[in-house]
Amino acid sequence: MKFGDFVIREAVSASVAAEDKEGVIRELAQMLQKAGVLIPSEYESVVKAILKREELGSTGIGRGVAVPHTKHPGVERLVATVGVSRSGVDFNSLDGEKVQLLFLLISPPDRPGDHLRALENISRQLRDETFCKFLKQAKSPEEILQLLDEADGNQY
Amino acid sequence: MTGQKLSRTVVVTSPQGLHVRSADLFVKMASRYQTEIEVVKDNLRVNGKSILDILMLAATEGTTLVLEAGGADAAEALEALAELIEQNFGEQNSSS
Repeated sequence: MKFGDFVIREAVSASVAAEDKEGVIRELAQMLQKAGVLIPSEYESVVKAILKREELGSTGIGRGVAVPHTKHPGVERLVATVGVSRSGVDFNSLDGEKVQLLFLLISPPDRPGDHLRALENISRQLRDETFCKFLKQAKSPEEILQLLDEADGNQY
Repeated sequence: MTGQKLSRTVVVTSPQGLHVRSADLFVKMASRYQTEIEVVKDNLRVNGKSILDILMLAATEGTTLVLEAGGADAAEALEALAELIEQNFGEQNSSS
């Protein structure tokens, strides 16, 4: 699976403003709502589900990256957005580092495979330190999308 | 690594597969042991103590994984990790 298969282009943000975990999750979910892939009536329920999932253990997987997510019937297919926080957010990450790069994923409950394949793509690409660094330094949604497209293009 | 390399084959039985939380549990348990641990899926071989590596496996339900270790406490480590996978990471049909 490639970024292009699940990242909603209109929803990425290079200037996440919120400074706490809940605020960042709300902001990114809002971006998906504005992009039209998350209907307003499901917004609150999706945010609550993502926060509940965080209570089970942080999705801050290290390297300044977090993958807050939920499986929720409010979406018809796997959708995700990418957010870059300039200041970094305390996410209770597994390695204790602040998070600057967020991938928020919402997938239909009956598609666990898609969720895993998206995580596979994200983790594989992030092992490339240059890619990870450039994404964190992206200054506009266009720059983020360009980096994601390049990463997609480098795959077999 | 010292000593002979041991391996153990396990099948992922959790309907949700090896997702972030289960990968975290796996890495935490693996890190309790001194031995290096590698996880193999088809042609892909990853470090069992790195969550990014484990997530790269995209191990869905039914995936066969081979756990390999060669250090002093390899046998114990493989036993504990295989049990963790076989018991679905202590989950009961929970989502995400």
